[in-house]
Amino acid sequence: MNKSTSLVAKLNAINEYERQPIPESKLKSWKKFIGTYAGEHTAGTEFVLGPLFVAHGASAIDLVTGLLIGNVLAVLSWAFFTGKIAAKTRLTLYYQLEQIAGSKFTLIYNLVNAGLFCFLAGAMIAVSATAVGIPFNLEMPTLTDILPNSLGWILTVFAIGAITTVVAMFGFEQVSKFANIAAPWMIMVFIAAAVGVLPRLGINSLADFWPVAKNTIWTGVPLEGQSQFTFWHITFFAWFCNMAMHIGMADMSILRYAKKWTAGFSTASGVFLGHYIAWIASGILYSLFLLESNNSLTFAPGPIAYEAAGIAGAVCVVIAGWTTANPTLYRAGLAIQSINPNWKTWKVTLFVGLFTTIAACFPALVMRLLEFVALYGLILMPLGAVIFIDVYFMERWGLVRNYALESGKKLNPAVAFTWILTLGFCLALNLFADVEIFFLGLPGWFVAVIAYLIFSKLFQKPIVFKTQKVNLTSEPILNH
Amino acid sequence: MKRLIIITSILGLITTIVPPFLVFTNQIDPSTSKTLMLIGTVVWFISAPLWLNKKEQESV
Repeated sequence: MNKSTSLVAKLNAINEYERQPIPESKLKSWKKFIGTYAGEHTAGTEFVLGPLFVAHGASAIDLVTGLLIGNVLAVLSWAFFTGKIAAKTRLTLYYQLEQIAGSKFTLIYNLVNAGLFCFLAGAMIAVSATAVGIPFNLEMPTLTDILPNSLGWILTVFAIGAITTVVAMFGFEQVSKFANIAAPWMIMVFIAAAVGVLPRLGINSLADFWPVAKNTIWTGVPLEGQSQFTFWHITFFAWFCNMAMHIGMADMSILRYAKKWTAGFSTASGVFLGHYIAWIASGILYSLFLLESNNSLTFAPGPIAYEAAGIAGAVCVVIAGWTTANPTLYRAGLAIQSINPNWKTWKVTLFVGLFTTIAACFPALVMRLLEFVALYGLILMPLGAVIFIDVYFMERWGLVRNYALESGKKLNPAVAFTWILTLGFCLALNLFADVEIFFLGLPGWFVAVIAYLIFSKLFQKPIVFKTQKVNLTSEPILNH
Repeated sequence: MKRLIIITSILGLITTIVPPFLVFTNQIDPSTSKTLMLIGTVVWFISAPLWLNKKEQESV
C-alpha cells in the first residue's frame, strides 16, 4: 500500500504549485507513474496484510479472484475518479478542498489526516521492531495481543521510533532517496522469499502449487479468534484499502502532473505488484510459519522473513517498515504544522514522533491493520465524493462550484455536514445492521454524494463571484 | 563507467532473486541461497545509489 517513495516525497517537498495548477510544461507522461506506483505500493504494510488474509481464513480461490477483481476496481477508480479530476483541475487535494470547503475545514481535515498518518507510521515501526528484535531473542506479539507484552518490546519500539523521528526531523530527503533505491530490491525479496520456501510447503513443481494453495496455504479456515473472510471481504478490501488515495482523491497531488487522465491506469503496476504478488508472497511465508509452528498465534513479520530469506529477509522487513513509517511521520508533522505555520517543523515532528512511538507499542495496531486501513479510507472518502460532485455536477444543478472560495467563507457547512452525516450513517450501519467496516465505503459514497447536493441546496446563498467564471482552477488546461 | 555500475546493480538484483528459484529446482540448499541473497543485497545497496537517484532527479 502506500506512500513511501520518490515522486510522492518529491512532490510534497515542492511548493511551487501547491496553490496553483500545474503548468503544461511540467506535465509527465504515464510512464513516469508506473515506477512511482510500483515502488509506493510495495511497502511494510504488505508484510502484514498478506498474512492477515491467511489468518482470517481466506480460501485460495477467493483470494486469487477477489484480489483480481478488487484490484481492477481500484485501478479503474484511480483512472476514472482521481485521474480525470486531477487532469481537469491540476490542483492538490488540499487546495481543491480549501476552495470548496474553506480554510477552517481544511485545518480539521489535516488534523484527522495527521492522526491517521501517526497510527499507520506506528504500525510500521512495530513491523520493523519484529525484525530488529530477532538478535535479542525478543518475545514477539501474538494475533490477539492488544497491550505490549514485554519491556523488551517497548524498548525496541522506542529505539526504532526515536531513530525514525530523528531522521524525519533532520534527514527526510535522504530517506526518500533511500526508499527509491530499496523499492526494486524489496519487490525482488518478496518474490524470492516466497519461491524459496515452496519446497518446504510440499510444492516441488508448478503442478503442485494449486492443490497445496487450497489445502495448506489458504485453507478457508480462520485461526482461533479471527473472523472468516469471504470473496467479498477480499474484493472490497483490495478495492478500498487505498480508498483515501483514489475515491478520497488524495492522489490528485500526484496525478495532477499527468499529461492525460489515463495515467491513472499506471497504478496497475503498484496494485498488482504490491497488492497481488506481494500479498500472495507474504501469505505463503506466513502459512509456512503456521505449518511449522503448529498454528502458533505469534505474529511477527521479521522472524518469518528471516526464516525464509535469512538476513536479507529481516533487513527487508526493517527497511520496508522504516521507509513507510518515515515519510508518513513527516507528512503527519506537516499536517499538524498547518495549524500554526510559525511552529518549528522539527518540534512538531518530535511531538508527532513521540505520539506515534507510544501508539506503536500497542500490537493491536498491527494485528488490526486490515480494519485500520479500511477505516482510514472510509474517514477520508466523503471528501472525495464532495470533490467529485463539486467538479462535475454543481453547475449543472444550478449551484456554485468552489463555494468557500467564491463566497469568502472559511467553513462551508455543506461539506462539514456531509462528512458528519456520512460517517454517522456508516457507523449506524456497522452498529445496528452489523455491516463490517470493509463494506461501508460503497453505500457511504452514495450517501455523501446525495447529502452534499442536498446540503449545498440548503446552505448556498446567492453570491457575487470573487473569481472569473473561467479560470485555471475550474477549467481544464488540456483537452483530453 | 556508469554502464558498468548499472550492470553491477542488476547483477546484485539477479543474485537476490535467482537463488530461491534454484532452491525450488533443488539445485542449491536454502542456506546457500540465503548467503547469496545477502551478497546480492549488499551489491545492490552499494552500487544502486551511484546511479539510481541521479536518474530519478533527471526524469522527475
